[in-house]
Amino acid sequence: MSDLEVQAELSDRAARSSQPGRPRRIGAAEGVAGVLALFLVVAAAWPQLLAPGDPLGIDPLSAFQPPTLAHGFGTDESGRDIYTRILHGTQYSLLIGAAATAIGLGLGIVLGTLAGMLGRVVDFTVNRFLEVLFAFPGLLLALLIIVIYGPGVVTATIAVGLSTAPGYARIIRAQLISVRSTAFVEAATVLGRTRWQILLRHILPNTLAPLFVLATLGIGQAIVWAATLSYLGLGAEPPTAEWGAMLSAGRTYITSAWWMSFFPGLFIVLTIVTATVLGRSIDRRMRHA
Amino acid sequence: MIGRVAARLGGAVFVLWAVASITFFAVRLIPGDPAQAVLGGPGSQASPEALAMVRNEYGFDQPVLVQYLAQLGRLATGDLGRSYALNQDVGPLVLSQLGGTLLLAVLALALAWLLALALAAWSTRGGTVAARVGSGLETVAAALPHFWLATSLIVVFSIWLGVFPPVSTGGATGLVLPVLTLAIPLAGFLGQIMRESLLLALESPFVLSARSRGESERGVLWTHALRHASLPAISLSGWAFGSLISGAVVVETIFARPGLGRTLLNAVTLRDVPMVIGVVMIVAVVYILMTLLTDAATRLADPRLRLS
Repeated sequence: MSDLEVQAELSDRAARSSQPGRPRRIGAAEGVAGVLALFLVVAAAWPQLLAPGDPLGIDPLSAFQPPTLAHGFGTDESGRDIYTRILHGTQYSLLIGAAATAIGLGLGIVLGTLAGMLGRVVDFTVNRFLEVLFAFPGLLLALLIIVIYGPGVVTATIAVGLSTAPGYARIIRAQLISVRSTAFVEAATVLGRTRWQILLRHILPNTLAPLFVLATLGIGQAIVWAATLSYLGLGAEPPTAEWGAMLSAGRTYITSAWWMSFFPGLFIVLTIVTATVLGRSIDRRMRHA
Repeated sequence: MIGRVAARLGGAVFVLWAVASITFFAVRLIPGDPAQAVLGGPGSQASPEALAMVRNEYGFDQPVLVQYLAQLGRLATGDLGRSYALNQDVGPLVLSQLGGTLLLAVLALALAWLLALALAAWSTRGGTVAARVGSGLETVAAALPHFWLATSLIVVFSIWLGVFPPVSTGGATGLVLPVLTLAIPLAGFLGQIMRESLLLALESPFVLSARSRGESERGVLWTHALRHASLPAISLSGWAFGSLISGAVVVETIFARPGLGRTLLNAVTLRDVPMVIGVVMIVAVVYILMTLLTDAATRLADPRLRLS
């Protein structure tokens, strides 16, 4: 299993055990997650709107300020405002997460479709290949890719994308196979449609919605992994305001300036919880719709 | 039975061979001269004689196929090659680091199970509010990145309270924070799956029949429902172990603990290819063994599987 499959399994169980009676009501958790998602998207698109300062603006006289009214989240070793930096860093973290998810999902769709549509020999081969990739658990595959191509933001993003691809592939394959055995696909087969017509007209439209859920659940994971690589000094580097890189910079001053590490990490946690809650909520609504 | 075990072992050997092949050919993709890497990278300005010597010593002047077969032969005899950076044999070095990481992973897995069981048992008996609080706690716990949790625990317990050391010194107190860092997010995942299946189990016919036999509520929970509820969590333990090893890279680095994770990160930073491959191979072996063990544990806990 991969992290993504665990997430998908949990979402699936939560959706199955929820009451189908009143799916339209928005719960408190969903409401908060929706507002947070909006906030993050605005912060990524127009950071100036929420944080008018300069994320790289140095002010040595106000270095290492604890959280005050003037600097809500405190300042770092060069007097830069942490709140401004975090909000301006949203675009890096979300963009890296989205790009890695796109790579993982794209490759997953290709591999999953090959395995699910092209018969037993291809299915067997792809499955064995995925099984081998699963022997590099968690970040190990990403670390292997980084040792080959060297550290950096682009490599780290690709590495995270590639290491999430097997999880996507296996889920997509399972979904294709379950849609393939439904009555409407059988009917299309009886009507003499070719395999590719069936794939494009009947199967793909029915797997798109679950793919959206998967991508929402997966983007949180991708953001954590990318931030972890930055934290370890293998991804984005300070003074870039990427959240993992900010935490990495704060590590040196952990004994005196806890706010340098605490707030960027808090935003990572908020982003993941938001992605998880929204992903599950979409999952549940689509099933009961 | 024997046929099934043989098939699983055969599958494991195939995966190991594939892992070895993938890593071997992936390393060929590294731009630049491997002999240069052995001598400290392009910045080291090694003399042509030194490069030629290294090429000869490591077999870089042989055809790729010969190198590949030689590599497989060495791996089959347990020889993982020599570290570029440390100029020592990788095998013994990696094995000496394995114990610390395994200890960390096993303790974290055990603690995560305890936390998840306690939370699941409490939140299913405490009504809707407890269920909501439990579910919220689990979702947040599962979202905590290791590097942030570790730094937060250090700030609170080492710097503010001064209870546990921020750096592992070898004693038992040094283990507390690293184990907590690994266990809390994992408990979030395990707890979610356990609570959900515990609720299902409590409504199932076998619980009803246990109740009608006059079993106490406590007896129903602990001897019948929890056993059933732990099944999906047991099957997650293989994944959990993999994610713990991956988490060990971060945790061992932050707490300066010797172990596989820190060795791997150092090797990646120095681009010490044989070392990275060595660690990855050992992790793959341990991971495959763990998956086999998980499979066996599921069969032990679920009598229905033994019948088929």
